[in-house]
Amino acid sequence: MSVLVYIESQDQQIKKSSLEVAAYGRAVADAMNTSLIAVTFGLAYSELLSHYGVDKVCNVQTEGASYFNLSRHSATLARVASEEKAAVLIVSGSANGRYLGPAVAMKFEATYFSNVIGLPLSFAPLKVKRSCFTNKAFNYSTSHKEKVVLSLAANTYGIFEKKVNMDQRTVQYASSTSTLEVVSEEKSTQQVSIADAEIVVSGGRGLKGPENWHLIEDLAAVLGAATACSKPVSDMGWRPHSEHVGQTGKPVASNLYIAIGVSGAIQHLAGINSSKIKVVINNDPEAPFFKAADYGVVGDAFEVVPVLIEKLKTLKGN
Amino acid sequence: MKILVCISQVPDTTSKINFIEDNKAFDNQGITYVINPNDEFGLTKSIRLQQQEQAEVVVASVGDTSADAILRKCLAIGADRAVRIDTQPQDGLYVAHQLASFAAEEAFDLIITGRESIDYNGGMVGAMLAELLQIPFVTNCINLEKKGAEIHLEREIDGGKEKLKGEFPLVIGAQKGLVEEKDLIIPNMRGIMQARQKPLTIRAAEELEVSSSTLNYEKPPAKGPVKLVDPENLDELIDLLQNEANAL
Repeated sequence: MSVLVYIESQDQQIKKSSLEVAAYGRAVADAMNTSLIAVTFGLAYSELLSHYGVDKVCNVQTEGASYFNLSRHSATLARVASEEKAAVLIVSGSANGRYLGPAVAMKFEATYFSNVIGLPLSFAPLKVKRSCFTNKAFNYSTSHKEKVVLSLAANTYGIFEKKVNMDQRTVQYASSTSTLEVVSEEKSTQQVSIADAEIVVSGGRGLKGPENWHLIEDLAAVLGAATACSKPVSDMGWRPHSEHVGQTGKPVASNLYIAIGVSGAIQHLAGINSSKIKVVINNDPEAPFFKAADYGVVGDAFEVVPVLIEKLKTLKGN
Repeated sequence: MKILVCISQVPDTTSKINFIEDNKAFDNQGITYVINPNDEFGLTKSIRLQQQEQAEVVVASVGDTSADAILRKCLAIGADRAVRIDTQPQDGLYVAHQLASFAAEEAFDLIITGRESIDYNGGMVGAMLAELLQIPFVTNCINLEKKGAEIHLEREIDGGKEKLKGEFPLVIGAQKGLVEEKDLIIPNMRGIMQARQKPLTIRAAEELEVSSSTLNYEKPPAKGPVKLVDPENLDELIDLLQNEANAL
């Protein structure tokens, strides 16, 4: 028996969400008294994983494996999971992790649970806590199959180091059974994506127009944050849809979420609920966001934000 | 061209979420059900293809009689016919199996699901349906264009988008961006009248083993009150974020 984790990398760097998956996988393997095996795709150096409790890493070194391909990745993972007699296979809550999870579960004949929070509550049968109703509730679910695939909710478990001796082996990349091919990938010019950001700065209708977005961008720049927006802002075309966070937009699970001129409609709050610390700056003290926030400033964004930017610049300069 | 749009009914996005029966069941009281928003983006896309490519649009849902109103709304929006698979949806795999057994009987070129439902947030039915039917799947789909036999697609990824090329048959997971919010169709009186004449077929469900169950639900603990900071004293905000929240 073993626990298997899917490790995602970008530009030869292991993604933070995958280090979290490795640390989580270590804890699951410990609870099951078994070993932790990682699978990497097109990653030249995987030694870093030995610092996160990985007992063995299976590296797919075939040319082109660093490009995500659902058909090839899922078939490879399912095959390695069978070879390693995995009982639990874990993916992150990244876009690719959530794309891969259910496809691997089918090929591996396992039950799939997404948005998993915390360690399984029991193992035979497996019982997990997961978030549902777009973070407005949790549910406890149990699997009637012995094998499971879990997708870990982003930024909920944490990253813990544990140095172990790690074996390595090279595994073959499965061939494609799909007619789909990736033509190109376009990354936005943003420094950090909303999914990977520690801090997200978000603007709403209170900013009055796209010409005022320098306030959001400048604050984000000084904090190394990603920029986001509310639904009306993206619907009016002030900002691209890819920045819309909320129930029908992107979910945010950052450490810090700063909302400026966002009233806090229930759909918006649902999408950002799994962020750890929420700050609101709004001139309307009745804005619903104040009920959801940890810290709030009742004030005019056009006055507050420039002062905040200057103060943070001074702080970061030191 | 033949399109299947898979529809699930979900509580309206403004709903307050509560549970009953010792937290084992969702409290329906006062809840208005709507077409899952991600499915609605997909349905709107299918209606466009119906107009551009003379496609036939079939909508299907797994559910009891309570799903009929949502399917009638899909017909009013423009779908040609509706199928309800008569059983309670158990889990994602169960729903995918029910849909697959129906889809296998008709040669659909394109099958559309939402990227996830906004109630269970499983995000799995499309992928599982594609695996069961052995056809390719693209989730978080924000663009689909038919150019002859070639299908050009875009998938939203973390921090950007990916362009793909393929051919029918395909399964996609729809989301906002596939069509714009303003393009969503509000049924007019003519559509509603026509919907009454369109076929809504009830199909018997397959007998299946269920692979997972929800045991109970829980609501997040109530949050403490917000700490307000004077806009004249932003140093305090920075201090709180740095030293109390450990977030800077």
